[in-house]
Amino acid sequence: MCVTCGCSDGSEVKVTNLEHEHYHTHTLADGTVITHTHHHEEQANMHANSHNKTISLEQEVLGRNNLLAAQNRGWFKGRNILALNLMSSPGAGKTTLLTRTINDLKNKLAISVIEGDQETTNDAEKIKGTGCKVVQINTGIGCHLDASMIERGLQELNPPLGSVLMIENVGNLVCPALFDLGEQAKVVILSVTEGEDKPIKYPHIFRNSEIMILTKIDLFPYLQFDVQRCIEYAKQVNPKIQIFQVSSTTGEGLEDWYKFLLHAVSP
Amino acid sequence: MHELGITQNIIAIVSENAQGKKVQRVLLEIGKLSAIMPEAIEFCFDICAQGTIVEGAILEILEIPGMARCSQCGAIFYVDKPFGTCECGSLQIEILTGEELKIKEMEVEELCV
Repeated sequence: MCVTCGCSDGSEVKVTNLEHEHYHTHTLADGTVITHTHHHEEQANMHANSHNKTISLEQEVLGRNNLLAAQNRGWFKGRNILALNLMSSPGAGKTTLLTRTINDLKNKLAISVIEGDQETTNDAEKIKGTGCKVVQINTGIGCHLDASMIERGLQELNPPLGSVLMIENVGNLVCPALFDLGEQAKVVILSVTEGEDKPIKYPHIFRNSEIMILTKIDLFPYLQFDVQRCIEYAKQVNPKIQIFQVSSTTGEGLEDWYKFLLHAVSP
Repeated sequence: MHELGITQNIIAIVSENAQGKKVQRVLLEIGKLSAIMPEAIEFCFDICAQGTIVEGAILEILEIPGMARCSQCGAIFYVDKPFGTCECGSLQIEILTGEELKIKEMEVEELCV
């Protein structure tokens, strides 16, 4: 039994370091796991500190981000801008798909881009080469974009009314899934060189996305990639996910993606 | 890796609500499906708290198990990942609990007059 709070100790994990502090995990009847630390020198004073005041906060840790994201969403809605949050692991082909899409739809759609990377403006330079409006956000050690970065990016970018804003998130299949940017849809991009089980390995990002784009399908002849199984995995994690299969090199499958974009902007 | 930024958020929110009083204890609620590792939060907590009024506070984490409801038959069951198959065979499930990431409460030092 825990001497501080009287809770029963389960058999899970217990690490004690008398010099520093005491990590302590126990499981309640309903499966809830409680982990806490006790500073040993403080244990003796625990009851003397009973004048401490407990404040109920009930505050979402990501509440501020969610609020800013909601503001961004309103901003997009008021300007009839379709904002898409493009997420993938590094090297899945986000930038290549974007440059091809921008070039192919030049006469039909106004597209602007917010580029997210830890370092360099390389991707923004590539996008700029297409003649479209682009801002680069470098997150430094940060592993994802958040709603406040997008808010600042929008001030710089000022995308036109009725346009499409592509937000290319930092290459990462984990963290971007947690941060709402105010986008209309999350788009997860998976290249066929990555293996068909990515949707079940990184379920959060696939579950939170409305769209999945399978890229580099021109490489099928050189790979042992089971496309049906990949789609099954994606549907298992997210039965509603809409899937496109494309090659930004040969152009195969891009028509459907373009149709989707054109329809989404002017339904 | 996102746990560092999230812990910084936690310290900021707690500090703001403490209104200058020394924080003794922080209670978090973290769902098991939230993609947040409690161990990583613990690791970051003391480091992020250094030099703030949260320094030295005890961190408690309530881990909330994942529960889902089947959209087809309405059955409610435990899940250990953010997707799953109901006994009726349906993949259409709605996550009920397990995605929490919340600061539940905190304890501050109240000086006796």
